[in-house]
Amino acid sequence: MAMTDRPQDEAEPRGGIWSRFIESRNGLGFLFMLPAAVFLLCFLTYPLGLGVWLGFTDTKIGRPGIFVGLENYAWLFDDPVFWLSVFNTMVYTFVASVLKFGLGLWLALLLNRHLPAKNFFRAIILLPWVVPTVLSALAFWWIFDSQFSIISWVLMKWGLIDAPINFLGDPWNARWSVIAANVWRGIPFVAISLLAGLQTIPQSLNEAAAIDGATPWQRFTKVTLPLLTPIIAVVMTFSVLFTFTDFQLIYVLTRGGPVNATHLMATLSFQRAIPGGQLGEGAAIAVAMIPFLLAAILFSFFGLQRRKWQQGGSD
Amino acid sequence: MASVTIDDVRKSFGQVEVLHGVSVAIDEGEFVVLVGPSGCGKSTLLRMLAGLENITSGRILIGDKVVNKLPPKERDIAMVFQNYALYPHLTVAENMGFSLKLNGVSKAEISERVKPAAEILGLANLLDRYPRQLSGGQRQRVAMGRAIVRDPQVFLFDEPLSNLDAKLRVSMRTEIKNLHNRLTTTTVYVTHDQIEAMTMADKIVVMNDGRVEQIGAPLDLYDNPANLFVAGFIGSPAMNMIQGALAGASFAASDGQALPVPSRLPDGAAAGPLVYGIRPEGIALGGDIPLTVEVTEPTGSETYVAGQMGGAPVTCVFRERVAAKPGEVINISIDPGAVHLFDAASGTRLTAAG
Repeated sequence: MAMTDRPQDEAEPRGGIWSRFIESRNGLGFLFMLPAAVFLLCFLTYPLGLGVWLGFTDTKIGRPGIFVGLENYAWLFDDPVFWLSVFNTMVYTFVASVLKFGLGLWLALLLNRHLPAKNFFRAIILLPWVVPTVLSALAFWWIFDSQFSIISWVLMKWGLIDAPINFLGDPWNARWSVIAANVWRGIPFVAISLLAGLQTIPQSLNEAAAIDGATPWQRFTKVTLPLLTPIIAVVMTFSVLFTFTDFQLIYVLTRGGPVNATHLMATLSFQRAIPGGQLGEGAAIAVAMIPFLLAAILFSFFGLQRRKWQQGGSD
Repeated sequence: MASVTIDDVRKSFGQVEVLHGVSVAIDEGEFVVLVGPSGCGKSTLLRMLAGLENITSGRILIGDKVVNKLPPKERDIAMVFQNYALYPHLTVAENMGFSLKLNGVSKAEISERVKPAAEILGLANLLDRYPRQLSGGQRQRVAMGRAIVRDPQVFLFDEPLSNLDAKLRVSMRTEIKNLHNRLTTTTVYVTHDQIEAMTMADKIVVMNDGRVEQIGAPLDLYDNPANLFVAGFIGSPAMNMIQGALAGASFAASDGQALPVPSRLPDGAAAGPLVYGIRPEGIALGGDIPLTVEVTEPTGSETYVAGQMGGAPVTCVFRERVAAKPGEVINISIDPGAVHLFDAASGTRLTAAG
């Protein structure tokens, strides 16, 4: 349906109007933008609009729904499972993002030093990011297996525990387990991006600070960190968005279990909409994520604003 | 203020030795310029003095304290970097007071010490600006201000003027020199520009390929270069060098042209092949030596004439205006007292004994 507004761009290549159109700056610019615009309309605007619309209907699989206003949302408001998933999502996003930031920054600082085989380590770091999520999730599934977990096995060999840990069977164990898997997967993005940021900081600034009498810790807090804040704002915005909307990892590892303890809003939305058949309700859950995401974007918008010192001078 | 002693310092990066035993004694309050072509090790030496590079062997003393193992912050030095290394997230005032703040000096005292330094450098009305909002020359001044505020034992400058345009460079040169006269802090200044070295230094250290070629006052180096390298490096346009050997009471260039030599010949001059050195201003118009003109460059006050003489390219500086055309032959004379003779094999200058 969005295709209908596509103008006749395969019109005859002759004639005064056409050649004037193609030679004018705006006309040509419009033409170049058209593919991207069509793409965005078809694959971004339309699904988003449809999703929002579905949230206001009682559509089920196999039956077109009718407009029911805010009924889905009212129903969700009283649904403890929905609120549990909101809580889970918040915990998941907050803990995983903090860990990813801390560990990622630490790794980036390490990789920024003159290590032997530096490039090798930099490449290795990217691996968790390169491996398909489902594949790494399957690996974690084994690591967290209730009987064959390698972690339980090692701890038992060392005599630290005498029964295998029920990683994915206990609510809080499961939450920490999926967070650990998400952190493992998300660190490369944070570490490599921050490393790129670190490399834009001239070495001489650190040397100047060392001569000015700064200890290594002061050099980090007073020179490196302030100069890195713009990059941190971008990287962490993306990291938070990725984490908040995570789906694959949870779906492979726990499917939201045990007893919805690891259901995130994204997995619950899918669960209700597709296997459960309640398209309208699933869409409403997904739409309910928007305010949270918007808050994250606004946060980054203010965080991303060019600081005073970044603004160009008159020269 | 302190003296600086560099005693047989060596530096290796892995297997490669880049400084082969450098010794320099710098007196209290002296302005010393390390000069040499790029890659000669002058910046490395400065960074070792600052504590940014470790010392492979030898000793560096600031005052009478060996600083080999001391971190930069304990050496009581201040350094001005080539790219200024201003903290972009701090204002001019904060940049200048950064080291004081790190040392826990009170806010009131910081501004008390930043203000006079800013006034000396003409930065008083720029204190709230960020480095990005400053011009190159202003940034340069802030970098110097940051050093002045510290009131250190030694100032180190690492090619501080090379990012400025030619005109600004000349005026900053004077400013730095003025500043030194005022503060009389021991200064070590690294540059590849021999004009900077000549105009600013109390003492020049000419370095080449990780070795010290000669140490001395600017005019001393100009008048008595120790070897061909120093002779060629100091002075612009460079000294003319002509290959040949002594033949009786004159010098025979490789093409047979006879050139005058000093009346008191240095010892060993007759022994073998020599290099005949004459500065452009040691050549005068009129005489019996033919010079084939290639290029004439009038600058107004002087005229540079480049041509061929004795089988070698030669540049002359004349106070007179010369209107010779390319290919024309003019006659010149050489002041025998201004002639230097170098041993062609070792490159050292031959001097008359006693």
